[in-house]
Amino acid sequence: MTEPATSSNRPPTFRREQALLLEVHNLSKRFGGLQAVKDLTFTVGEGEIVALIGPNGAGKTTAFALISGFLAPDSGTVRFAGRDLRGLKPHEINALGLARTFQIMRPFPRLTVVRNVMIATLGRHRDTREAERRARAVLDEIGLGAKAELPAGVLTLAERKRLELARALGTEPRLLLLDEVMSGLTDAETERIVELVRALNRRGIAILLIEHVMRAVMSLAQRIVVLNYGERIAEGRPEAVANDPRVIEAYLGDEEVTRAPA
Amino acid sequence: MRRGRGEPSEGSPTQKMWAAALAVAVLLALPAVLSGYAVTIFILIFFYAFLAQAWNVVGGYAGQLSAGHAAFVGIGGYTAALLFERGVTPWIGMFAGGALAAVLGAIIGYLGFRFGLRGFYFVLLTVAFAEICRILASNVEAVGGAVGLYITFTGNPRQFQFQDQRAYYYIALALMLLATGVTALIERRRFGIYLTAIREDETACEALGVDVLKYKLLAMIVSSFLAGLGGTFYAFQNFSLQPGAVFGIPLSVEIVIRPIIGGAGTLLGPILGSFILTPLGEVSRSYFGQSGLHGAHLIVYGVLLVAVVLFLPQGAYPYLRKLLSRRNIA
Repeated sequence: MTEPATSSNRPPTFRREQALLLEVHNLSKRFGGLQAVKDLTFTVGEGEIVALIGPNGAGKTTAFALISGFLAPDSGTVRFAGRDLRGLKPHEINALGLARTFQIMRPFPRLTVVRNVMIATLGRHRDTREAERRARAVLDEIGLGAKAELPAGVLTLAERKRLELARALGTEPRLLLLDEVMSGLTDAETERIVELVRALNRRGIAILLIEHVMRAVMSLAQRIVVLNYGERIAEGRPEAVANDPRVIEAYLGDEEVTRAPA
Repeated sequence: MRRGRGEPSEGSPTQKMWAAALAVAVLLALPAVLSGYAVTIFILIFFYAFLAQAWNVVGGYAGQLSAGHAAFVGIGGYTAALLFERGVTPWIGMFAGGALAAVLGAIIGYLGFRFGLRGFYFVLLTVAFAEICRILASNVEAVGGAVGLYITFTGNPRQFQFQDQRAYYYIALALMLLATGVTALIERRRFGIYLTAIREDETACEALGVDVLKYKLLAMIVSSFLAGLGGTFYAFQNFSLQPGAVFGIPLSVEIVIRPIIGGAGTLLGPILGSFILTPLGEVSRSYFGQSGLHGAHLIVYGVLLVAVVLFLPQGAYPYLRKLLSRRNIA
């Protein structure tokens, strides 16, 4: 718990050949006495899938809020597609092609499912017919087409997770920030979302995901960034990160580290 | 493509057009058979429905509960009346009043929305704004002070004055149809669809690329402009403006309660609300007023409001629509 400061400032050495889409540099945010995010630096390349993991309270969701403009950082910068996002409002950041989902889902409960997605598609398609056509196409892709006319408030948890994803997708992003879109789902449902995320990525959408479902993280992520107490304590390929003693320590605590299985 | 629109279908568009045309035709023909007293009641129904519809844009669709909409009526009325004293016809003064109301609506909206005032805090801001207007108007002698403004009767239609009450009937009807037409137009465009989502979750809207501040402000501007137009009608139908009457909380309540009873955020809710409440208010006002119980009509409003909140929380119109569509299926 005392050591990781030195290693966390090591610059990322992976996939340098890719064009950088998201560049987070020395990002910090403090809430009163709590340093939620501290000197966080990492990147997401064009078309890459990166996972942001860490124990509860490690600052992952705060990092998302800082990147997507819902919180202003105390210091540090976020660049997206070469552009500094400082001072931009969330809707402006979304218009640049960076979409996020919320860990605590925020459907518009009294609007129909298709209307929910139209709120997203209308941003790039002012014509309501065209926006509706695109919303239905997204719903079909996500597997919610049959629920299009229902009010979003009646959807199940798994359906609401997918709606959250459908709406983010409806804004036609280049980078998708997914905040625990698989938590609380059954294995089968998780597998469907994993396939979906992979399909979106194949279409060229870069993905940054926060996830606790390790099986999904290991199979999806090309690179993993590990946070603990707001700091990056490790970064690398999934296999390397899984065997990193600092990561095991962060997840299991000091005493357990010697006995922890790899 | 599967079903047509995003909303649950209730009657085809052509059916709705015919129903609307029929209703308008009936209302156009009605003065021929109505008594003078009934005509004045209908004038009030239309006029309050118009103000309620204006409120509905920002209060119903966008869900921003302005409780000070009387202020915009007052600003519009005072503007037209003061311009009239200087020789400007109210037909022009009406739009000057609407424009000034819209500017003030934009300022109040910006103050409220920019600093994230929601729910009760926005209610308080708008009430405070209307009260400031009322106190200013009561104390500035140049605008008539506490006595208010009186308009000399000329009976000249060019000066928005008519011998025949039926003229006011048609103007009030036109205002109601204007506000409803504007709302119908907004409802089916991107602007209106965004408003319904803003009402439900502003944060989610921002995340989906919706400029929440801009659309809330636009709603406020449209709403306050329309309410401002209504001020001229009020002034030139009553030939007087008193600060307490046009800026006061009672008028704001009259404006808010109709869409809430009828169905806020629906196209026909404010009209239905006005058809229910206005006659009820007038009858109970004169009935209780005769026995010296002034203000007792407010008790009737209160009882009705409690009943609606308990039994029809979405308002009367959505309930009616559900009833009708159930009958169609059966």
